[in-house]
Amino acid sequence: MTDLAAPTTTRKDWASDQEVRWCPGCGDYSILTAVQLLMPEIGAKREDTVFISGIGCSSRFPYYMNTYGVHSIHGRAPAFATGVALSRPDLHVWVVTGDGDALSIGGNHLLHALRRNVNLTIILFNNQIYGLTKGQYSPTSEAGKVTKSTPFGSLDHPYNPVSLALGAEASFVARTHDMDRKHMMEVFRRAYEHKGAALVEVYQNCNVFNDGAFEAITAKDNRPSMLIPLEHGKPVRFGPQGEKGVVINDQGRAVIVDVAEVGEERLLVHDESRPDPSVAFALSRLANGPHEPTPIGVFRAVERPDYGSLVARQMDEAVAKKGPGDLSALLRSGTTWTVEAGQ
Amino acid sequence: MADSVVSSSAHSPSRPNGHRPQPVDRVVIRFAGDSGDGMQLAGDRFTASSAIFGNDIATFPDFPAEIRAPAGTVAGVSAFQIHISDHDILTPGDHPNVLVAMNPAALKAHVPDLEPGAAILLNSDAFDERSLQKAGYVADPRTDHSLDSFKVYEVPMTSLTMEAVKPSGTKARDAERSKNFFALGLVSWMYSRPPEPTLEWVAKRFAGNDMVRQANTLAFKAGWNFGETAEIFESAYEVKPAHLPAGTYTNISGNTALAWGVVAAGQLAKLPVFLGSYPITPASDVLHELSKHKNFGVRTLQAEDEIAGVGSALGASYAGALGVTTTSGPGLDLKAETIGLAVSLELPLLVIDIQRGGPSTGLPTKTEQADLLQAMYGRHGEAPVPVLAPSTPGDCFYTVIEAARIALKYRTPVILLSDGYLANGAEPWRIPEVSDLPDLSADVRQASSPNKVLPDGSEVFWPYLRDTETLARPWAVPGTPGLMHRIGGLEKADGSGNVSYDPANHDLMVRLRAQKVAGIARDIPPAEVDDPDGVGGADLLVLAWGSTYGAVQAAVRAVRAGGRRVAHLHLRHLNPFPANLGDVLRAYRKVLVPEVNLGQLRRLVRAEYLVDAEGLNKVSGQPFRREEVQKAILASLGSLGHANGNGASQQGRAG
Repeated sequence: MTDLAAPTTTRKDWASDQEVRWCPGCGDYSILTAVQLLMPEIGAKREDTVFISGIGCSSRFPYYMNTYGVHSIHGRAPAFATGVALSRPDLHVWVVTGDGDALSIGGNHLLHALRRNVNLTIILFNNQIYGLTKGQYSPTSEAGKVTKSTPFGSLDHPYNPVSLALGAEASFVARTHDMDRKHMMEVFRRAYEHKGAALVEVYQNCNVFNDGAFEAITAKDNRPSMLIPLEHGKPVRFGPQGEKGVVINDQGRAVIVDVAEVGEERLLVHDESRPDPSVAFALSRLANGPHEPTPIGVFRAVERPDYGSLVARQMDEAVAKKGPGDLSALLRSGTTWTVEAGQ
Repeated sequence: MADSVVSSSAHSPSRPNGHRPQPVDRVVIRFAGDSGDGMQLAGDRFTASSAIFGNDIATFPDFPAEIRAPAGTVAGVSAFQIHISDHDILTPGDHPNVLVAMNPAALKAHVPDLEPGAAILLNSDAFDERSLQKAGYVADPRTDHSLDSFKVYEVPMTSLTMEAVKPSGTKARDAERSKNFFALGLVSWMYSRPPEPTLEWVAKRFAGNDMVRQANTLAFKAGWNFGETAEIFESAYEVKPAHLPAGTYTNISGNTALAWGVVAAGQLAKLPVFLGSYPITPASDVLHELSKHKNFGVRTLQAEDEIAGVGSALGASYAGALGVTTTSGPGLDLKAETIGLAVSLELPLLVIDIQRGGPSTGLPTKTEQADLLQAMYGRHGEAPVPVLAPSTPGDCFYTVIEAARIALKYRTPVILLSDGYLANGAEPWRIPEVSDLPDLSADVRQASSPNKVLPDGSEVFWPYLRDTETLARPWAVPGTPGLMHRIGGLEKADGSGNVSYDPANHDLMVRLRAQKVAGIARDIPPAEVDDPDGVGGADLLVLAWGSTYGAVQAAVRAVRAGGRRVAHLHLRHLNPFPANLGDVLRAYRKVLVPEVNLGQLRRLVRAEYLVDAEGLNKVSGQPFRREEVQKAILASLGSLGHANGNGASQQGRAG
């Protein structure tokens, strides 16, 4: 305990002995690296760490972490993880999921984990495609997308995971991307430290079935003009020279402006702790897809009692009020009568 | 308040005015009225006072799925049947001796079930032309001689109630609602029930609402006094206490017994309980009851859906709790995939299915036993799961504990099949001493240290290194240092638990999981046949499971009383079957399998043991009557001695 900052584990301690089997060049590798590098930094304990996943490429993640882990059922990771988190508030429970897993087959569970504010750190790998089933469109694929199941173009309107999470009043919502390890690690660290449900959307490249889906915004040269970094307490601005900014207009919409035209003082100052999610939602609506300037960073981080703590408190209150359970008394809690021998 | 019924009106339960109760050994009473008439409450209170009085009882609530079905119609009739007796009884009775009918629809719906000579107590105020029409009567049944074979008592219950409750200051519209207490008071007088338990209950239940408390008290007393004074009742009856085994008793329904069994299992295993559940009829009461007992370390989650109910329960089991989920048929469909995961993860999980009429939404408030094959086989792949079924409301308690024992010891999901009949039916239950219940904690054995030494000398934890005797794998709970491991739905290598696509390994793992479940047969009691002549002595074996116990046993006793030889085997363990089941079945020339489905157990035993079992099958949403089973037994006995396997199968014979 002499030096709290000195990590007691290294990245190697967090890697399992299993060979990583994602396609070479997959964005998942960089996310795995970011998480494995982060763990020693934040001083996490391997035995108290649980990774729960659903089904899909991203959901193989737990096999590669030297922690407790469960590769569960398609879409059901938040449900399984809710049981773990409620039973064991002492554990740190991560959920690793993808756009099909979390938003299509498992949409219901994600919504309810977020609204209940279950103490979960949820990393949503969004590659806008079904990879494991070899290339069908996903609920985040752009309309018109031509895939194996949509040879004439997808007719579906995609959803925006950040907007969805804010609509469910998630207490922590953030976005990052697989091309920037430092940003990923910082956002993951914030999510880890958040008490309650934290959702992080990671734009992740599937180089086999949807290569370059995010290139327009995440390629190194494009980032300054296409990524809008959200930083708490700072005006929202971007561009190679910071010449662009975001204001909230009269209708409550977030719009991009030239700072020179409107003046810096009119720019929106980002407040992630705002109780009302509307401004964060407006920010999430800035881009219609990863081809327009897109906000990244923490959209929202508010304090709200986490579900596990509320459950634990009710349990404690019950014991305080009624005393620890007495089985014999429970069985006699209704009306009873006695039959004597030989009666 | 103890003797208040009478003190206020100068009558007493000892009937000083000359009404000597006539002793009867048993009586079946059915309270019937509109869904909103409070018949379930009246039946419930009559049950409680009879139980306290010491009668043996069996009850059968039967109500529509709609919360408020169209008033006055046959579809909206809600009924509660209770059988009270001075000796031990097994069923709620086939044919009521007394029908309380609060309106014409209730009369119409239930007259066909009555015993000839039965007493009918009519609320004559409800027999106006419109109500008769609504019930579908063309002529007034009171005057068209259709009730000639019964004793009909017309009592203006609504108006007498309204008059009686006036002192309470209740508004007319509300006053009328106490008429169920009037009916209860009248029937309580007829059958010499002690009034105190009911009046004490009313005082307690409505302590916060003085007006309602007074109104119900006054209505009950008015009903009682009406019986006492009205000339129309020639006598009251008395059903003496039954000779039950010594002990302390309480009145228990199947759902309450299930919930208490879950609490007990957690205590006996020294594990916290986690219930993940989604509301569904007729299972919700188990969720309600368990939600009250947080001080026992019981966490309950009303999940967003059935899938999350079982998913969170399995997650809790993974994390070291006793994970439990409760549901009914449609929910079991949805949980199938997670039960399959539990088979693969080899974690303890309790799945409680309170069966109702299916398929699809089916008959939500009616009973059926048609989920057996689903419990056995309703998952993709080879996914065997132990299956158990309780036989009576009180047995639900012990069966849950046994299911938990198997789940914990063998690290497996276990499906318990109750049904709507057990769920809502009630019986006097001899309360066990906690010290007599099995200790489940020895079966928990959560892992605390590595279990494998690698060739290089390093000690590691292998999650799928099995116990050689039980074939159960170690349960290493997150938070345990040094035992970190990854598991999932993908096939695992024997021992290490790492993902494996090796063909021979999959073949081995499928067989190991099957062997593990099959091996439980060595750890459960052998089948015990009820055969006075010893195993194989009787001419016919009646093989049954679950809630048919009462009707089957009553039928078997009745047939024996007629001098015929019949045996009864009632199964609690349906997968695996008791090890000696095949021998027992083959010891009899004929086997009859009564089930509230189209022959699911029969199919299983025929497939497993090549036994030419006959079926008695009924799928009307109603439990068997004793006489239906009795008739089938006699028919089956009658066909003995004719051509072998004469094909006169009773399959499809309905009651």
